[in-house]
Amino acid sequence: MSSFLIGALINLNHPDHYFQWHIFDISAANAIVIILMLATFIGALLLPFPGRRRRKENQ
Amino acid sequence: MSTSEIDRQWTTRLRKRTFGKLPPEKMLPDTQPSYVSSWIYVFGVATISSLVVVIATGCVLAIFGPAWWHTSNVGHFVNSMHLWSVEIFFFSMVIHLWGKYFMAAWRGGRALTWITGMVLFLCSIVTALTGYVSQSNFDSQWISTQAKDAINGSGGGAFFNLLNGGQMLMWHIVLMPLILVLLVGVHVVLVRIKGVVPPIEENAGAVQ
Repeated sequence: MSSFLIGALINLNHPDHYFQWHIFDISAANAIVIILMLATFIGALLLPFPGRRRRKENQ
Repeated sequence: MSTSEIDRQWTTRLRKRTFGKLPPEKMLPDTQPSYVSSWIYVFGVATISSLVVVIATGCVLAIFGPAWWHTSNVGHFVNSMHLWSVEIFFFSMVIHLWGKYFMAAWRGGRALTWITGMVLFLCSIVTALTGYVSQSNFDSQWISTQAKDAINGSGGGAFFNLLNGGQMLMWHIVLMPLILVLLVGVHVVLVRIKGVVPPIEENAGAVQ
């Protein structure tokens, strides 16, 4: 039942979508993962780390 | 036994050398420098945590076998856990790698820490590839027949045959996990010995 519900949210039962540009050829799934990694990396650099200010004040 | 005789024993020498380089307070420190309070370091820990889940779910898959993970609901679930923990493993590792690259984390005599990390990344790719071809389904057949040409083209096909299911399975569940766990141990110990790399603007010699 739960797998049916999750499957209904995103239909994965089809061939991959591909983005093509000159020699570049990448599946939508791989492109999404790379975009997510870049977004997470930028977030990791910019988002404040919990307790950092308190630790600095203690030092 | 005299003191000089005790000092000559290999156990004494090994203990002195080990604890000289890595005393307990350095191996399990109470505090870290303020620059370690960053999300970037969370991804190194997340990589190791996901590796623990990968190994644990892999052990369950090894116990019950392919018929179970292909057909039963619980088998599908554990199989998916194995796959998704690998996804998180690579996701976290790449962010950790990017962070360390832009920090130039090999500074201050940390080249070996960087090299073990890079070798770990390459070994992880081999482990994932041998895992994909060990699924025992049409997907693994497709991947093995496609990837064999690359391996054969590199000259590695003589001793690493992607169409040899037994060899791929043994590499995936014995050889590569042993290498990975050993290298992770060496990597973490090196981080403890050398300390976390200070920011570029700080004095490169100032460590912990």
